[in-house]
Amino acid sequence: MLRYVFRRTISLGLSLLVASAVVFAVVELVPGDPASFMLGTGAQPETVAALREQLGLDQTLPVRYAAWAAALLQGDFGQSFTYKTPIAGMILDRMQVSLPLAMMALLLAASIAFPVGIYAAARRGRIGDAAVMGGTQLGIALPNFWFAMLLVLLFAITLRWLPAGGFPGWGQPGPAIKALILPAVALALPQAAILARVLRSALIDTQGQDYIRTARAKGLTAGQTLLRHALRNALIPVLTIMGMQFSFLLAGAIIIENVFYLPGLGRLIFQAISQRDLIVVQSAVLVLVAAVIAVNFLVDLAYAAIDPRLRRR
Amino acid sequence: MILTQDLSVTIGQVPVLSAVDLRLDPGTITGLVGESGSGKSMTALAIIGLLPRHAAASGRIMLDGQNLLTMPETRLCDIRGRRIGMIFQEPMTALNPLMTIGDQVAEVLRVHHGMDRKAALSRARARLDRVGLPDPRFPLSLYPHELSGGQRQRVAIALAIAERPDLLIADEPTTALDVTTQAQILDLLAGLVRDEGMALLLITHDLAVVAGIADRVAVMKSGRIVEEAPTERLFRTQDHPYTRRLFAASLHVPARREHEHARSGTTPLLQLRNAVREYRLPQGGRLRAVDDVSLTIRPGESVGLVGESGCGKSTLTRAILGLDPLLGGSIELDGMRVTAGRNMPPKLRARMQVVFQDPFGSFDPRWRIDRLIAEPFHLTGRPPDWRDQVAGALEEVGLDASDARKYIHEFSGGQRQRIAIARALIIRPRLIVLDEAVSALDVRVRAQVLDLLADLRRSHDMAYLFISHDLSVVRGITERVLVMQNGRIVEDGRAEQVIDAPRHACTQSLVAAMPRIPQAWTARPVPCPGPDISHAGRGA
Repeated sequence: MLRYVFRRTISLGLSLLVASAVVFAVVELVPGDPASFMLGTGAQPETVAALREQLGLDQTLPVRYAAWAAALLQGDFGQSFTYKTPIAGMILDRMQVSLPLAMMALLLAASIAFPVGIYAAARRGRIGDAAVMGGTQLGIALPNFWFAMLLVLLFAITLRWLPAGGFPGWGQPGPAIKALILPAVALALPQAAILARVLRSALIDTQGQDYIRTARAKGLTAGQTLLRHALRNALIPVLTIMGMQFSFLLAGAIIIENVFYLPGLGRLIFQAISQRDLIVVQSAVLVLVAAVIAVNFLVDLAYAAIDPRLRRR
Repeated sequence: MILTQDLSVTIGQVPVLSAVDLRLDPGTITGLVGESGSGKSMTALAIIGLLPRHAAASGRIMLDGQNLLTMPETRLCDIRGRRIGMIFQEPMTALNPLMTIGDQVAEVLRVHHGMDRKAALSRARARLDRVGLPDPRFPLSLYPHELSGGQRQRVAIALAIAERPDLLIADEPTTALDVTTQAQILDLLAGLVRDEGMALLLITHDLAVVAGIADRVAVMKSGRIVEEAPTERLFRTQDHPYTRRLFAASLHVPARREHEHARSGTTPLLQLRNAVREYRLPQGGRLRAVDDVSLTIRPGESVGLVGESGCGKSTLTRAILGLDPLLGGSIELDGMRVTAGRNMPPKLRARMQVVFQDPFGSFDPRWRIDRLIAEPFHLTGRPPDWRDQVAGALEEVGLDASDARKYIHEFSGGQRQRIAIARALIIRPRLIVLDEAVSALDVRVRAQVLDLLADLRRSHDMAYLFISHDLSVVRGITERVLVMQNGRIVEDGRAEQVIDAPRHACTQSLVAAMPRIPQAWTARPVPCPGPDISHAGRGA
């Protein structure tokens, strides 16, 4: 097991290194010079050159990558071209919204999907299963922004239980959590529908296995067999999907962030792209890539915790 | 005592069991024999109350004066595992891969007695000791993947007998195991019946297995028991014609040509010199799976390769086929060097073909038969008359030319194996490697396929390398037998000599482990039949 963790950790480090190089290179390849863009079209060539030097743009690519990576390691992401503030602070602010939002949404999705998926698998081919399959089909098909608007209409405007949008900051934990509830629900539902379907089909596959028959021959009831033997064996595909969902929720929440006026990471990236604030885009993308790699690392560890056969690899 | 009376089962409109009467007494072993699809497994599943969802059962299954068929599910759960235990054919998949063997055995005790984990584990320990998995070598914390097939079957037995049931049902328990392991497992089962006084229902399609162990035998055909009697009497009299047919097939040996024995003096077709192949083990270190093996096969010769599982047969086969590289030594086919990977010329690859064990897994289900059979043409270039050749190959293996447009699922196991042979034949190879090619087939189908192979070899002058752990089959179809142990060839000689007068200890133990029908019981003076190691007969 230790060897497995060690090897996964090495692979985590290598992935981060490669990812940072790729992110850096891609942004470099995008046409357009940040210095001339910042100074506008009427700027003197000397002024542009001076700014280029100040930004370090006149140096060679490897040198700039090394300087950029070294700064990153110290938490220095550089300064935004547009806002002239440290990027690390901007991303950190946005993460305070996006990270809890993604976690809440995923937790919610899982807590809906597990009972529903298990129920459908247990009632396979019967009316309860058909209802779940129909409902989850609908959950996947409906766009979440539309669903978000319905939630706002009901819970914010009619019932006035929850705010319709905005984020007060974590200085007031109560209202902050309340502000994230509706967006988390809107994000969670389609994910819950996907997850429930994946869990159902994984459970059904597992239930055809020989060891399930052995468990029944031992005297376990169908329900006990499902929970004690099938569920754990069905977890691997479910975990894979959950890892992918978390990564998606972290940055893919941009539409929901807009519906609820949340200062999240998605909106930051969107604004930075439209303002050609490339260094912000670069940093935010890198943070997201790192998050995805970290989540995959955790998923890998979870695989090994579940399946003893993987620990030897 | 457990009785089935007039037990019938239908799935949809199709009857799968009709009026089955069985009496399973304490301390007796009842053999239930028949071909795949005859209803053996369905009988077992009906008794333990695990019939498929759409099956409807009628009649009675009596345990202590209570009819199990009318019992509610909750009470059946109490009976399963406690009064009736069951083990299945595939030990490799019968255990939960994510649970330790200790917990899996202990679970039976916990479910039925609400025992706490510690007490249940200590009872589990005793049961595992009983089935031959003693303490220091086999701790409770092992996972199934850390055990061999035979050891896993022992775990399955331990959990089936954990509660000392009145009846143990064993559905083809040794079919997936090699002869030596099979003999050990059968010994264990017989010992359990003797010591614990349970009844054993042993389902198998191998007559030799029941001959050696069962007190009574029931023969099943198309969902009916056609004959039932004490073992010896059944074997001696064979009252029912179907029983006779089954016996004849299991003793079948393909007719031989007189001058078939090795054409000496000719240059070898296949020659291995000091072949070595190693694997890296997951826990570090290396396993020498093929250790300094030298052998020759002459053109037109049929050679058997036998040995226990794990002796290196498969590794050697892969190297001969040019699928894996050698670490040392050489392999030559027709004087040309066999190498793994791309640098082996297609023309050379075309000179050997292979037929695998699994007639279900070795075909792409989305391809039509003509495309499947014509596939080896990618080695030689597809001739313009390829469709005629496919039709010819189909007819040669006893199928119809019109089968060419069908899909593989439309054929039975025996027919699929014929298709696999047609696929190997189509480019007229000089050597066909038959890797457990008849092991998954029922006795009667197996007899037909063996005849077919013998005919084809005669008409096409091909050589066979016939890999099997079934000595009786090897004896029937090969002239020379190689015995492999720990990666080495330990004995090489004429088939009759190797099997009737084995010299090496390994061969002797393989021959000793062969289950056999006592010669006095059979009317004809035929050689003893061997075990039918097969994966067929699994579910009806």
